[in-house]
Amino acid sequence: MFAPFMVHAWLLATIVALVSGAIGFFVVARRAAFPAHALPLGAFPGAAAASLLGVNQLLGLAVFCALGVLVISQLQRGERREVASALWLALSLAAGVLLLSLSGVYAQSINGLLFGQVLGVSREQVVSVAVLSVGALGVLALFARPLLLDSLSGELAAAALGRTGRLEWIFLAMLALTTVIAVPVVGALLVFTLMVGPASAARAFTNRPWRALAGSVALSVASVWGAIALAYLTNWPVGLFVGLLGAACYVSGRLRSAGAVAQAG
Amino acid sequence: MSTVAAALTVERACVELGGRPILREVSFQLAPGEFCGLIGSNGSGKTTLLRAILGFVRLDSGQIRLADGTTAGRLVGYVPQKIALDPGLPLRARDVVALGLDGARLGPALPSRRRAEQVEQMLHAVGAEAFADQRVGLLSGGQQQRVLVAHALVRRPRLLLLDEPLANLDVRSTAEIVALLRRLSREYGAAVLLSAHDMNPLLPAMDRIVYLAHGSAVAGKAEEVVRTEVLSELYGYHVDVVRVHGRVVVVAAEASDQIRAAVARDPVHTASVP
Repeated sequence: MFAPFMVHAWLLATIVALVSGAIGFFVVARRAAFPAHALPLGAFPGAAAASLLGVNQLLGLAVFCALGVLVISQLQRGERREVASALWLALSLAAGVLLLSLSGVYAQSINGLLFGQVLGVSREQVVSVAVLSVGALGVLALFARPLLLDSLSGELAAAALGRTGRLEWIFLAMLALTTVIAVPVVGALLVFTLMVGPASAARAFTNRPWRALAGSVALSVASVWGAIALAYLTNWPVGLFVGLLGAACYVSGRLRSAGAVAQAG
Repeated sequence: MSTVAAALTVERACVELGGRPILREVSFQLAPGEFCGLIGSNGSGKTTLLRAILGFVRLDSGQIRLADGTTAGRLVGYVPQKIALDPGLPLRARDVVALGLDGARLGPALPSRRRAEQVEQMLHAVGAEAFADQRVGLLSGGQQQRVLVAHALVRRPRLLLLDEPLANLDVRSTAEIVALLRRLSREYGAAVLLSAHDMNPLLPAMDRIVYLAHGSAVAGKAEEVVRTEVLSELYGYHVDVVRVHGRVVVVAAEASDQIRAAVARDPVHTASVP
């Protein structure tokens, strides 16, 4: 399980889990699960476009993520965030169908984009993901307090900062960066699980914000490690276990909350 | 009053939204530590005026000046209207107060004794120690209001703005919050501007009233402003200021006739009718 070819997989998955767990805390705090689903999935056609043009997949993801952030942040001024996210998802998937039919990408690589590709990653990929992740976590640490205040109430944050709207934009940009980091590893569909499952479980177990953030990161890393180990032992896909463990986190959180409410009531 | 630095000066403030005038030449001044009610019915422009003071809404003409000439930030505390706190958020009451202190700062929050003391002091000042470690979204409306007041006051602003803080509170919580704000405005030397559609809970506490109707305002002491002639001129049609059972009611002429008739039918329960 710890053979040399597996070391890169463990490293990469750990880094991705760290970032997903951290941004996931804010995704759940801001009730932004749908944008957190729409951005990664909406970015996956970018990877198809990249292979059509013969450029780096990360570049394609980044461009589509940036477009997604732009569309969602501009539209949600007039519309609700859900509507803006849904519209972006529809547009990008429409583009994705076209790009896939044009590029003739093999089903195998589409599978990898949707459900992840943890095994067989190169040293270069690990390094580039590590660099991006340090950047992402740095920016997140920088804006942690304003983002938390904004999650509590946009009005309070605006009064404290003297301006409105800026933080949502920063949040979406962070979500986009997480997407670029995580999609090649855990896939466009499963990165969502990794962001929402651990974060919603962690906040059911503590009333303290920074502990909940740490708990979210810990559960996210544990889910990914568990998924790789189980996949290694069973020879079933990693994605299956990422999804299952993410869902298990969520269910445990719900049970805990229900228990707490029953106790209080 | 112009010789003392005012906590807030609003001068002929006009705001139009979508071609419709929302505020028309609103003018008033607040001295430091003054407790002022911003009274008016729904749609009279109260929220817009508060948002203009915060700098969220731009004036089309006129001026709004704060104590040191800047807008928002350190000098203004704000409690927004009908804020719905998510019960799922892992935030204790004390975390909300701490976010009032340094929630706008960049970088991770480092543990600091001074910061913890400031938060503790503020929790004590609003009487929130008992539920300081509970999840804020699960507190009652009155408890949440106390926490939000602490959040707004912990940086010791010179001006505290509250948008309908008494809505959705029961009678007892209402009286408690008014008394609390009155006491804190004195202790902290912060001018308080509090919007409400019902002036009655505020009457014993108010130093000054700004009465808004259709975007126009009159300001002054309550006994100068809440009078039939003054408010009739403000509304542009005849209204009566009626005092029933120690409460003040502002009614259009027809409605006031009905009240008089009701009082005439049941004079026993009527303390003072003009």
